Amino acid sequence: MALKPVNAVVVGAGAGGGVVAKELSEAGLSVALLERGGWTTFEQHGHDELISQRVTILGNAFGPDDERHRRVVSAGAGKWRTVLPSEGGYGNNAACVGSGTVSYGAMAWRFMEKDFRMRSTYGAVAGSTLEDWPISYAELEPFYEKAEWEIGVAGDMKANPFSPPQRRPYPMPPFPLNREGEMLQAAAKKLGFHPFPVPMLRNSVPYGGRPACIKCRYCVGFACEVNAKCGTHNTVIPTAIATGNCDVRTHCVAKEVAVDDRGFARGVSYFDANDREQFQPADLVVAAASATETARLLLNSKSKLFPTGAGNRSDWVGRNLQGHAYAGAWGLFEQETFDDVGAGATIAIMDFNHGNPGLAGGAMLANEFIRLPYLFSGRRPPGAPTWGKAHKDFQRQFYRRSIGVQGPVQEIPVFDARVEVDPEVKDHWGIPVARISGSRHPHDIEIGRFTSSKAELWLKEAGAIQTWTTVPGLGVSGGQHQAGTCRMGNDPKTSVTNKHGQLHDIPNIFVADGSLHVTNGGFNPVLTIMALGYWVGDYIRKNWKGPKSFRS
Amino acid sequence: MKYNRRRFVKTVAAGVGGAFLLPARGADASVWRFFTNADARLVDAITEQIIPADQDPGARDAGVINFIDKQLAGRLRRHRQAYRDGLIGVDETSRAMFGREFVVLAPEQQTEVLKALESGKAKGETWRKQSSAAFFRLIRDHTMAGFYGGPQHGGNRGYASYKMLGLDYPQIIGQNRYRRRS
Ligand SMILES: Cc1cc2nc3c(=O)[nH]c(=O)nc-3n(C[C@H](O)[C@H](O)[C@H](O)COP(=O)(O)OP(=O)(O)OC[C@H]3O[C@@H](n4cnc5c(N)ncnc54)[C@H](O)[C@@H]3O)c2cc1C
Ligand code: SF4
Repeated sequence: MALKPVNAVVVGAGAGGGVVAKELSEAGLSVALLERGGWTTFEQHGHDELISQRVTILGNAFGPDDERHRRVVSAGAGKWRTVLPSEGGYGNNAACVGSGTVSYGAMAWRFMEKDFRMRSTYGAVAGSTLEDWPISYAELEPFYEKAEWEIGVAGDMKANPFSPPQRRPYPMPPFPLNREGEMLQAAAKKLGFHPFPVPMLRNSVPYGGRPACIKCRYCVGFACEVNAKCGTHNTVIPTAIATGNCDVRTHCVAKEVAVDDRGFARGVSYFDANDREQFQPADLVVAAASATETARLLLNSKSKLFPTGAGNRSDWVGRNLQGHAYAGAWGLFEQETFDDVGAGATIAIMDFNHGNPGLAGGAMLANEFIRLPYLFSGRRPPGAPTWGKAHKDFQRQFYRRSIGVQGPVQEIPVFDARVEVDPEVKDHWGIPVARISGSRHPHDIEIGRFTSSKAELWLKEAGAIQTWTTVPGLGVSGGQHQAGTCRMGNDPKTSVTNKHGQLHDIPNIFVADGSLHVTNGGFNPVLTIMALGYWVGDYIRKNWKGPKSFRS
Repeated sequence: MKYNRRRFVKTVAAGVGGAFLLPARGADASVWRFFTNADARLVDAITEQIIPADQDPGARDAGVINFIDKQLAGRLRRHRQAYRDGLIGVDETSRAMFGREFVVLAPEQQTEVLKALESGKAKGETWRKQSSAAFFRLIRDHTMAGFYGGPQHGGNRGYASYKMLGLDYPQIIGQNRYRRRS
């Protein structure tokens, strides 16, 4: 039985979906926001290091659960393995209202101008689908600003000569440096680097009706105990609900977008909280289920005109899966570096995002968030003992005397790094699951070697008595920073959506999440995803002339 | 009298000089959720090598065995077979190297056995099924989780590891302890 029609169904109440739902409901459209997870509270998992969104040895704090969800991941040589959401390899972000924005580290980066023009800047890279975005930084800039002001960012780019132009400053002052930050600031200046405070989606002062951060030990991976972290769950989604036009349906799992024989979306079928299948008719559909799940949803949405899935006529849906090749260095110190002032990451440099000799890109570098005791038990110089008395001595000596500097290397997109749907494995609801394969581009590792050497230099200058670098290998991309699977572009043969996030093939289906990224920047991606949510929402609002708006 | 699990666990924790006491009813009436009593003695000995007591408590004092047992009956259920096989393998290696089972070896010999496991070159039929290195990584990781994770999961009794690292525990919630810095 079909439900009462709405103007728009938004699938996924995460970073992009939360923003779009607010933009559309504010413009007067009736919106059903489907989210497979539920609302979260701090009390659910408190400060439990073993069930967080960063350490998941006993499960994911904020979903998805291991009982009902699966993915299949390439095990090389044509073999596949099924993985659970709490296992490495699944490439999880989260599943709850707000998704990763509930438990993230909340770094709030704008991409740089060159990040939107990677192909023009670096030319073609062999083995890569490196391309320019169809939109420029200047076009997205007002939407970054909107995200910063409506969701809330604390920061100050004055000391950063590499900052892209920012018309309006951040709404909140930056967080002060912690002890690590102060040590690194002095060292950076000696080296001629240009350090500045990390912009954060956290309240440095009361903002948006919520209190200031109390700088606790637990931030990344946890919900905020005082509600000072700014996500979509405590900003734009409540605003959407307050319009009276947005119905947030939690524990609802979208199965497919129904596409009629004329090639237009009719609505979305989903399983409700009682596992009953429902059909929600709609004038338009926005897929914002994250780069992996949006690709899966579109590929599962088969129709007469598009038998291989919605938007997939050119076989680009699910392609170019990216994340970040995190590279950096660790340093051990004689003096105490730990001051227990959270969240921990306070200082960054953008000296090595671009202009690195012989390299097509780079990464921002920042000091790491506080390492909790279990996580720290896995941080050791290469070859050091990992157990026995030596383990304890290391913990006692260096838990409070170490600094990590890391950065998200901008990945060079690879066509065969991809999300497909598995032909056999299904989830609890019988929906074919995502299957992930392909590997990073070897150039990512070269860039990682370079940026990690700079991180190491920085730590040495700060007085480290021992340092080592960490550079990831090839291997499947995606994960917390997953992006790129429904690339936006001007040419329908080499992209999935147009520059407004609208499928080339089906004009009343939009995408508004990390899937749209042509390239993923040398930065954590969430602010760009939020800005794209505003960008796509703005286009829909401006062109909304009633139910038939996007059906021609 | 049925031996009460909590009392038993306490007894284990208090185990003087590492002596591992058996419940009154003998070896087959396990007081554990997943392990047999013999398994528990073995796991206790292994984890105590992984995090030995010194001036600070080790795995035994912190109740790591209780953590692992509780989790193998819960969220880490999927690793049960790995433990069943792995524990057999540890004794196979132990016998191959020193002619006796692991729990009765001297601490230095136990260390040698675990090093062999870690290297992936341990002797024993069972290691054909799963590599000894993989099992060692698993139990080492679970030992760390039990020692450093919150006490609600069965280990880290009395926040032993937090005390060792000089971290306050449990953290005061909702209070601005850091106002001095801004
Ligand atoms: C621990 C952690 C730390 C992070 N730190 C940072 C940081 O410091 N800075 C930064 O920029 N980024 C950070 N991130 C990443 C950031 O959270 C993501 O980039 C961002 O949330 C992705 O946005 P999205 O809209 O693409 O997808 P998501 O935000 O993941 O939203 C997708 C939503 O869709 C829902 N969904 C999926 N499938 C279905 C379905 N079939 N039916 C219904 N609902 C569905 C999901 O449950 C989810 O809620 C972090 C993430 C984590 C987990
Ligand atoms: S560091 Fe601040 S924003 Fe982060 S969880 Fe703690 S109090 Fe909340």
